[in-house]
Amino acid sequence: MVMSVLRRLGQTLFVLFGISVLVFLVFFATPGADPTARIAGRNASPETMARVRVEYGFDRPLPVQYARMMEKLFVTRDLTSYVNRGQKVVPEILEAAPVTVSLVSGAALIWVVLSVAMGVTAAALRGGWVDRGLMMLGLVGISIPVFWLGQVVNLVTQSRYHDSWLFSWVPGLGYVPLTEDPLGWFRALALPWLTLAVLFVGIYSRVLRADLVAVQSEDFMRTARAKGLSPMRVLLVHGLRTSMITFVSLFGLDFAQLVGGGALLTEVVFGLQGVGRLTYQALSNLDLPLIMATVMYSAVFVVIANAVVDMLYLFLDPRVRDGR
Amino acid sequence: MTYRVGRGQVLRALDGVSLAVRPGEVLGLVGESGCGKSTLGRCLLRLVQPSGGRVVFDGTDITMLPERRLRPLRQDMQMVFQDSYAALNPRRRVGDLVAEPLRVHPAPSGGRRSRGEIAARLAELMDLVGLPQTALERYPHEFSGGQRQRINIARALALSPRLVVADEPVAALDVSIQAQIVNLFMDLRDRLGLTYVFVAHDLAVVRQISTRVAVMYLGAIVELGEADAVLHHPAHPYTAALIAAVPEPVVRTQGLPPPLRGDVPSPIAPPPGCRFHTRCPVVRERCRVDPPLLRALPDGRDVACHYPLVEERAGP
Amino acid sequence: MLLAVRDLTVALPIGGRLVPIVESVSFTLGAREILGIVGESGSGKSVTSLAIMGLIDVPGARISGSVRFRGRELVGLAPRAYRALRGREIAMIFQDPMTAFTPVYTVGRQIDEQIRAHQKISRSDARARTVRLLGDMGVPDPERVAGRYPHQLSGGLRQRAMIAMALSCNPALLIADEPTTALDVTVQAQILDLLRGLRRDYGSSVLLITHDMGVVAETCDRTLVLYSGLVAERGPTGALFAQPGHPYTAALLDSIPPLHGPRPARLPSIPGSPPAPAGRPAGCPFAPRCAYVHDSCAVRPPLVACGEQDVACVLPAEGRPLPPRFVAEMSA
Repeated sequence: MVMSVLRRLGQTLFVLFGISVLVFLVFFATPGADPTARIAGRNASPETMARVRVEYGFDRPLPVQYARMMEKLFVTRDLTSYVNRGQKVVPEILEAAPVTVSLVSGAALIWVVLSVAMGVTAAALRGGWVDRGLMMLGLVGISIPVFWLGQVVNLVTQSRYHDSWLFSWVPGLGYVPLTEDPLGWFRALALPWLTLAVLFVGIYSRVLRADLVAVQSEDFMRTARAKGLSPMRVLLVHGLRTSMITFVSLFGLDFAQLVGGGALLTEVVFGLQGVGRLTYQALSNLDLPLIMATVMYSAVFVVIANAVVDMLYLFLDPRVRDGR
Repeated sequence: MTYRVGRGQVLRALDGVSLAVRPGEVLGLVGESGCGKSTLGRCLLRLVQPSGGRVVFDGTDITMLPERRLRPLRQDMQMVFQDSYAALNPRRRVGDLVAEPLRVHPAPSGGRRSRGEIAARLAELMDLVGLPQTALERYPHEFSGGQRQRINIARALALSPRLVVADEPVAALDVSIQAQIVNLFMDLRDRLGLTYVFVAHDLAVVRQISTRVAVMYLGAIVELGEADAVLHHPAHPYTAALIAAVPEPVVRTQGLPPPLRGDVPSPIAPPPGCRFHTRCPVVRERCRVDPPLLRALPDGRDVACHYPLVEERAGP
Repeated sequence: MLLAVRDLTVALPIGGRLVPIVESVSFTLGAREILGIVGESGSGKSVTSLAIMGLIDVPGARISGSVRFRGRELVGLAPRAYRALRGREIAMIFQDPMTAFTPVYTVGRQIDEQIRAHQKISRSDARARTVRLLGDMGVPDPERVAGRYPHQLSGGLRQRAMIAMALSCNPALLIADEPTTALDVTVQAQILDLLRGLRRDYGSSVLLITHDMGVVAETCDRTLVLYSGLVAERGPTGALFAQPGHPYTAALLDSIPPLHGPRPARLPSIPGSPPAPAGRPAGCPFAPRCAYVHDSCAVRPPLVACGEQDVACVLPAEGRPLPPRFVAEMSA
């Protein structure tokens, strides 16, 4: 068990190294394009160009350039945006990250709890109207675009009915740091959480129901029933745990891509200055250092989330522990 | 023949097995799961690459032969598998499936076979395995297990092979159907002069079809000889135990012999000395340390046992 | 009588209509008796056992007839009452012990679970009983085996654990559905030996479902032969094997290659294959494959007494029963 965890960690580090090399090559070693000009931005003066060239080592061999870049990202953390007049990139991301992590974690908690409840209920009452109703609801959740839902939520809670007793607690758009005002943090994020979670509740409840129904025909489920266990116990103790495998791997990927910037639309609609929005700004300004940094950041999250999912497998399925 | 399994352990599926298949004979390979009988069958056709030793087919050493030079020889050796359904692509007609080897391999004259030649051969094959001509136009799922196995046999015979390796070809069939297929194998052998290597766990089926039998245990042959000699007067205690364990459709008046104890040990860590000593009812001290080699007994069979159950003087 | 099944019919919806998979199956099982139900795939033997266990949950399935267990009618029993019975008074073991255990829990935990589902007993007491049961089933080092996951055990050990679980609440009836089919022949012999010992050590009756005539001959007191969902023949095992009354039983026995005596040049085989339940002939279902078929086979024959057996065939009534079976002498 310990060995497999350590081995997985080693693989994770190796993958991260590979990604950083790949990202570096894509941005800085594309043939026919001078990275100096791209970092310095449009219409840069010759002096700026010269300074950039020396700072990033573009006159030296590629491995040196790579090492310089990684040093700037992780050690000195002084990667600077020229488009945005000397803004330091790494602190900018470190400031945006807590916003995104807060948003996504809360939403994830909601969608996991709700979808497990819905999926199990639907599977337990398979074929009945509750099952059909819940699955229809899930489909509706999947089909609603998040930006539209967010706008509607804002319209209702921020303007029309803001003064009614129901929504008077909703603060204005924007983020409140958890460390400063926990209650304010909760209030500011409650509606964004729900909005972001709707899509995933739909997907996850449907996936879980399908897996639970499929597992019903397994031999061990028949054994569990032959033991005289109650249908609920058969479903929850014997069915759910074995059905969680697809659920967990989906969750790892979705969570990682959201934290890595995929929650862009929700962030924009609710005025949250998160990583997604930062990436969007970097892209529209062609701010190369910032793009590079955000891509690395989200890669780190995807890879780490995958590692965590694998560890969860080890816990969920003893067969994986023994390497079968 | 070794396989690598996880964590650097090595599974020796076969360990120093030597045997010769004589032209025209039916060699039965029997043993319990994990004894290596299927692996041995596949090694003979080089469907798996042995990690040591040699496989010689008709004077040619095929152990290291590149795939390109092996292909012409493949026409002479074919295989029939246990799972008749998995072996047939469900989206293709039976005619296409059986004709495939005819299209892939060149005719004996060297060139490609014409459509007419292929159609004639297909008709011939259907007669041979006892299927109606209309079967060619249908899909595998429309047939029962026994009929599907007939289709597989027809495909294996398409190129008129000399050697057919059949891996548990009747294990998945019901008894009444199993008898039909066993009879078919025997008829085909008589009519076409085929040589079979017949891999099975069912001793009664193996006895019915085989001229010689090799009994395997944990990757090694423990006894090899004429089918009647081996199965009526087993020399190896394992062979005897295997025969005694077969439930027979006869109500016995006296009590049953006590069953063999324990499970087959893991092939990843086979026991030292004689591999069977952990379960052997007549084990002695020497068996625990000294691995017995396969050696000839006076009656012509080979056995890997220090204390065989038949007399070592010249047989009756 | 422990179990009395009368005219049990199980119909499942196939292609929009109810098709009887099992038709009018009747038999009885006494205390400490082992009854074998034999038949080829599709003969309805597993469906019969699942119907007795109340485990047929196909929507739209219809079960009719009567299953009386200790005088109590099980057909139509309320789910809650059935649940209290399952695992406690009637237990079942399945063909493939690999897939029949939930892969993510230890074997011991799954046995504990069954004990605790039916009795108010502490965790540690349940575990103590589990370990004792595993030991009784011939599991070496039962304490350690209880802590292992199913995939970590050999096939034989898994099936012993499965039987231990089935016996954990001292059931009066054990239904064993192909309990040795997935096992090697030397391990099969051990498990059959274990099953035979159960009535002595636990006083259990066993309903043994199998396709293997050899397993029946060596294990069962009485035998029921199913063909295409109907009873072909039933009676004491010894009589049934010595002089089968139904042509199907006789042909089935003949088609098994003998392990002793002279080798037949050809195996007597049964032509064709069994009919699907939806295409079952109106008369005797075996008629299309039968060597003795004649005009009176167009009407479905009722079970009639023939020697010690009951046979669903017209031959005994027509005064020409089948001859006794020739059995080669076994070398000891």
